[in-house]
Amino acid sequence: MATAALLVPRRKRRSVIPGFGLTMGLTVVWLSFLVLIPLAAVFARSAGLGWGHFVDVGLSDRAMRAYRLSFGGSLAAAAINSVFGLLIAWVLVRYEFPGRRLMSAFVDLPFALPTAVAGIALTAIYADTGWVGRLLPFPVAYKPQGVVVAMVFIGLPFVVRTVEPVLADLGKGIEEAAATLGAGRLTTFWRVILPEIAPALLTGFALAFARAVGEYGSVIFIAGNVPYVSEIAPLLIVTQLEQFDYEGATAIATVMLAASFLMLFVINLIQGRERRRLGQEA
Amino acid sequence: MSRAQHTARAAVGEPGAVRLVLILLALGWLALVILLPLFAVFAQAFARGWSTYRDTIAQPDTLAAIRLTLIVAAIAVPVNTVFGIVMAWTIAKHDFRGKDFFVSLIDLPFSVSPVVAGLCFVLLFGRNGWFGSWLSAHDIQVVFAVPGIVLATLFVTFPFVARELIPLMTAQGRDEEEAALTLGANGWQTFWHVTLPNIRWGLLYGMLLTNARAMGEFGAVSVISGHIRGQTNTMPLQVEVLYNEYNFTGAFAVASLLAGLALVTLVVKTALEWRHREQLAGAGH
Amino acid sequence: MTISIENVSKTFDTQSALNGVSLAIEDGAFVALLGPSGSGKTTLLRIIAGLAAADGGRILFGGEDVTERPVQKRGIGFVFQQYALFRHMTVAQNIAFGLTVMKGKDKPDRAARDRRVQELLELVRLPGLEKRFPAQLSGGQRQRVALARALARNPSILLLDEPFGALDAKVRKELRIALREIHDRVGLTSIFVTHDREEAFALADKVAILNLGKIEQFAPPQEIESAPASDFVRDFVS
Ligand SMILES: Nc1ncnc2c1ncn2[C@@H]1O[C@H](COP(=O)(O)OP(=O)(O)O)[C@@H](O)[C@H]1O
Ligand SMILES: [Mg+2]
Repeated sequence: MATAALLVPRRKRRSVIPGFGLTMGLTVVWLSFLVLIPLAAVFARSAGLGWGHFVDVGLSDRAMRAYRLSFGGSLAAAAINSVFGLLIAWVLVRYEFPGRRLMSAFVDLPFALPTAVAGIALTAIYADTGWVGRLLPFPVAYKPQGVVVAMVFIGLPFVVRTVEPVLADLGKGIEEAAATLGAGRLTTFWRVILPEIAPALLTGFALAFARAVGEYGSVIFIAGNVPYVSEIAPLLIVTQLEQFDYEGATAIATVMLAASFLMLFVINLIQGRERRRLGQEA
Repeated sequence: MSRAQHTARAAVGEPGAVRLVLILLALGWLALVILLPLFAVFAQAFARGWSTYRDTIAQPDTLAAIRLTLIVAAIAVPVNTVFGIVMAWTIAKHDFRGKDFFVSLIDLPFSVSPVVAGLCFVLLFGRNGWFGSWLSAHDIQVVFAVPGIVLATLFVTFPFVARELIPLMTAQGRDEEEAALTLGANGWQTFWHVTLPNIRWGLLYGMLLTNARAMGEFGAVSVISGHIRGQTNTMPLQVEVLYNEYNFTGAFAVASLLAGLALVTLVVKTALEWRHREQLAGAGH
Repeated sequence: MTISIENVSKTFDTQSALNGVSLAIEDGAFVALLGPSGSGKTTLLRIIAGLAAADGGRILFGGEDVTERPVQKRGIGFVFQQYALFRHMTVAQNIAFGLTVMKGKDKPDRAARDRRVQELLELVRLPGLEKRFPAQLSGGQRQRVALARALARNPSILLLDEPFGALDAKVRKELRIALREIHDRVGLTSIFVTHDREEAFALADKVAILNLGKIEQFAPPQEIESAPASDFVRDFVS
C-alpha cells in the first residue's frame, strides 16, 4: 500500500523524543489489523464480483430505493439540524440564562445514548398512540418520515458543537462594526455573521449528514423497514447477510464505503480551506 | 473593560423579546428532540412498577447480556486506551511526512457505517471469509462469538482516545519532554513522569467516550454477534430481542440501564469540562 | 570543559539554518551567542545540547566527540526559553527531577536529594518556595527554578536559550548578576543565547555574533567594539 512510503521517517529526524520507531510500528500494525485490512476485505470481495454482477446486486432496484431513503433522509435531517443546531449554538454562546450549562450538557446526549435505546424511545413517542404521534395529523413511526426523526436526533450535536466555537471566537467586533455602518440586526446576521460561520455550519451539516447515512440502530425501530419504501441501506446489508447473500451485502457496503470516503474527503476539503482562510495553516 | 463590553453587548444585541423567543425556541427543540426520548425510556421502564422492573432485569438472559457488555468494555477500553496513547505519541511528538493523511486514517472508523464495520469482520473471519477455513480447522470461532463482538467494538471505538489526545499533546508542545531528556530521563520516564500527568484529564475524557460507545454499540455488534440468547447478546442487542418479542417493559428496563450509563457519562464529561477545560482538547464527538 | 564546534551545518526542509559554524570555547568561559532573530542561535544551542541533530560537522566536549551521543548522556544543563518547568510538579520536585530519574547505585536517596534541593534553592536565592507549583511563581522565580533544576546533576556545561527574554528590565538586571555569580562559583562553561547586544556585552567573556547561520565574529566585547570584523557586525553592535 501507499503507507510504505509514509513509514520512512525523515532521514534527519527533527524530534529527539524517543519512541518514534516503536510507537509508529505499533500504530501501523494496529491500524492495519483493525481498520485497513478489514475495510480492504470489503473492496477485495466486491472486486471479485465482476462489474456486471456488482451493478446487478449493488445497484438493484431495491438497493437504489434504499440509497435514496438513506441519502435523502440524511439530507433532510442535516438541513433541519443546521437550522436548529445554529439556533441552539447561538443561544448557548450569546445569551446568559438559568439552565444554560445544563442545556449545553444535554446537547451531547445523542453521543452518549446507545442508538438502540434512542430507537425504541423515539418509536414509542412517535407511534400513533405515542405522546407526540397522537398529536400529529400525519403518521411518523413506521414511515419514511420516522427515519428522518431518528436522523435528526443523532445528528443534532454535530452541528451545535461545530458551530459553537466559531461563533464564540467571532466575538462582537464585526457586528459592532456593522452596526456603526448603519446595518440593521437582520442585515448584520445575513450579511456579516452567517458568511463568517458558513464554513463551520457546512462542516456541521456534512458531519451530521455523514453520520445519518450510516446510522442503523436508532433508525430501524422507527422505520417500519418495508422494502422499497422505508428500508435504509444499512438495514438492507443486514437483511442480505441474514439470508447469507454475502455478495449483495458486500456490493451495497462498497457503495456505502465509497460514499463515506467521498464525504470524508469533502469534509476535509472544507476544513482545510477554512484553516487556510484563517491563516492557521501549519 | 467589562463595563465597556456590557454596553457594547446591549448596543448590538437583539431586543429582549427576540432574545426570549430564541431561548424558548432552542429549549423547546431540545426538550422535544432530546429530553422527551430520554424521559420516555424511564417512563416506559417503570410503567409496570418497580418490582416488574427488578424482575425483568434479573432474568438470566438479561444478566448474561449485562455481563457480556461489561466484559467487552473491559477489553475494548484498556486496549484502545493504550493504542490511543501510542498513536498520539507518534503523531504529536514527532515529525514525519504524510502526518495529516495518517490522522485521517485514524479517524476513518468514525465515517464508516457500523453495519459495514461488522460486515468487514464477517468477510474476514466468517465461514466463507479469508481466514474462515483456517479458523474452523483450528476450531476457533470469531463470528457469532465473543471475539467477533470484541473486534467490532474495538473498530468502532478505535479513534476516541487518539482523537482527544492528539490536539491536546500537540498544543502542549515538546518543551517539557525535552527538558526531561536534558535532565537525564529516558523515554519511558519522560512519558510516565512528564507527559502522562499533563494529559491525564484528556485521557480520562477519551476513555469515558470509548466506554460509552463500547457499551452502547449496536449496529456493528448486531451484524457479527448472531444473536444467540444468553451467549452473544450484549445489552443493546438484548434491548432489540426483548422489543421484537413485544416485551416492551423488558426492553425499556434494559434500555433504562443504558440510559443511566449515558447520563453518568454526561455528568462526568461535564464535570471534566468545567474543572479541567484547559487540559481537554475541547468537546469531542 | 572545553566545547568545540566544528563546521556544523543544518537545513530545515529547504531553508538553511546553519552554514558551517565553527567555534572553540575554552573551559570556564562565559559565552554569548548574539544575533538577530532567525539567525540560527537556538538551532546551534540545541545541536550542542543534543536536542537536534546536525546534518554535518562535529561537536566535541573536552576533546571527546559527542556528536552521536544522546542528550541524556551529554552532561549538560539546559535552560529553556519558556522555562519548560513541569507544571504538575512542585518546585522541589522540579529541581529534584534529574536526580529522581537516575538509575541504580548512582541515584541519591531521598535525604540526599532533599539536601541537594535545599542547596540549589539557596544558590538561586529562593529558599522556602519548594512547595509551590510553577503557576504560583513570578517570571523571575520561574527562571531561577529552571536554573536550579538544570544544575541539579552537576553539569559542567550550562546552555541557556534567551534566559531573560520574558522578564522585565529590573528582574533582568538582577538575574544577570546572579547568573554570572553562579557560573563563577560552580565553575561552569556556559553559553547563552540572546538578541540583546547590551546584555551580551555586559555579561559575557566572549561574544559570538551570528548572522544567517554563519559566525561573523567571535571575540571579547571590547575587541568587537574596537575592531568589528564586518559591516554587519558594525551595524549590529552600534
Ligand atoms: N523546526 C524547524 N522547522 C523549520 N525551520 C526551522 C525550525 N527551527 C528553526 N527553523 C528555521 O531556522 C532558522 C534559524 O532559527 P533559530 O535557530 O530558531 O533562530 P534564532 O534562535 O536565532 O531566532 C530560522 O529561519 C527558522 O525559521
Ligand atoms: Mg531562538
